[in-house]
Amino acid sequence: MIDLPPEAWEALRLSLRVAAVATLAGMPLAFAVAWLLARVAFRGRWLVEVAVLLPLILPPVVTGYALLAVFAPAGPLGFLPFAFRWTGAALAAGVMAFPLMVRPIRLALEAVDPRVEEAAATMASPWRVMATVTLPLIAPGILAAAILGFAKAMGEFGATITFAASIPGETRTLPSAIYAFLQVPGAEAATRGLVLVAVVVAVVALGLSEWLARRVAARVRGA
Amino acid sequence: MLEARVRLSRGAFALDAEVVAPGGVTALFGPSGAGKTTFVRAVAGLARPESGRIALDGRVLWDQGTDVPPHRRGIGTVFQDARLLPHRDVRANLLYGAPGDGRLGEVVDLLELGPLLDRRPRHLSGGEAARVALGRALLTEPRLVVLDEPLASLDARLRGAILPYLARLKATGVPMLLITHDAEEVVALADRVAFLDGGRVVDAGPLAEVLGDPVRAARLGAGQAGVVLTEADGLGVVGRVRARDVVLVSERVEVAGGVVVPVRVERVRDGVAVCDTGGVRLLADVGDAPIEGMRFAVLRGGP
Repeated sequence: MIDLPPEAWEALRLSLRVAAVATLAGMPLAFAVAWLLARVAFRGRWLVEVAVLLPLILPPVVTGYALLAVFAPAGPLGFLPFAFRWTGAALAAGVMAFPLMVRPIRLALEAVDPRVEEAAATMASPWRVMATVTLPLIAPGILAAAILGFAKAMGEFGATITFAASIPGETRTLPSAIYAFLQVPGAEAATRGLVLVAVVVAVVALGLSEWLARRVAARVRGA
Repeated sequence: MLEARVRLSRGAFALDAEVVAPGGVTALFGPSGAGKTTFVRAVAGLARPESGRIALDGRVLWDQGTDVPPHRRGIGTVFQDARLLPHRDVRANLLYGAPGDGRLGEVVDLLELGPLLDRRPRHLSGGEAARVALGRALLTEPRLVVLDEPLASLDARLRGAILPYLARLKATGVPMLLITHDAEEVVALADRVAFLDGGRVVDAGPLAEVLGDPVRAARLGAGQAGVVLTEADGLGVVGRVRARDVVLVSERVEVAGGVVVPVRVERVRDGVAVCDTGGVRLLADVGDAPIEGMRFAVLRGGP
């Protein structure tokens, strides 16, 4: 396979862990927010929409700065173990990936025919309708959200380096490692190897999520 | 027996209707916008009344202090669009609300669903999907089946094909509340009919009574007036005889495919003569024709 120095493998392993935790922790919240936006009419909904999309548009360094302001040791939530820890990298990655996790779930929920759910509700409890009708119909959307979120979390750089820095073995994720290798003469091979990994992850994730989005459409049609 | 009083307003529209469905098929008939669907949604638990009372077989489903959720009401609902689960096959759809699969075979035979069991709803025709929806509602073992214009989205040919299945459903003895704006459906299936207009019940009664009264029958549309005759009436015709299929004549004549009975014209109203055949009422559509001296009726028709 690719010949990488140990530091690169370490960064890759760390990135996988950070992205996995960010995705697993982010998905339930993303589902709740997607449900809120797709199914509940409430005042101030635009605020939620803006808040969800904000990390996508803000300079990542600003998001990182905001996280730092809240979670730095002197900040209001500084007692939580995030700043300059791998958990902080996961938090930053999770926040940045959040919009990409909400969107496919929301689109899938909006594609489900509410009349079908209503008919099911005359025969089954709301929880059973959720488990046997809604979730199965939107399952590809949920998977797409997890894949996109995971890929985005793998590649997150700006907010992570601002909030969690680039400490080898703790917060030096794959993009931070690429950046670090670029600063060092003679690490071109390692750089190219990690860049290749990043590109493959992104392409595979996008391809899969596109395919899954089409699966949602087919599923609600019953194909 | 369903006893439902529902008051509910939506903007300018106000529904205030009381319907009793004692058993058999009760039709709720009215034009679009009369409030039929809103009424049945309240009965099924899908819309919340502002006030009223809904009880089924003596059990309160809704009043100011009670709100039984839809799936616990013991009501099988059939919607206009079949609303089958797109990701499950017909078998799974049929059993979705069923307490078990013990009655599956019986219902599959009744509605002739055997060849469809392994198909997805996408691969069903409109008529097949409607039949599956009927079976699904029946398999919940309901105390009442509510049908919200089950045939309205089908073309005329398909409607004719599904009607016999509704008749089979009726024959199982399960009480039905049939929402419709199609007089033919009412006449073909109902035992009782309630007329809903502008959110209010303007008339209600047994179908035979309503059809036998030219004024009340007119609510179902011109041409629906007539009588429902049984063996006990002794006229030699069993089934429904429409007023337009009865001709008054002055002398006894021989007719092929018809029955001639002596009558006495009691009154004429709105072009319909109400006749007495010696205890049994008969309606004859006479329009503007003079009927002095008419003493016999020629009956055509049947079920």
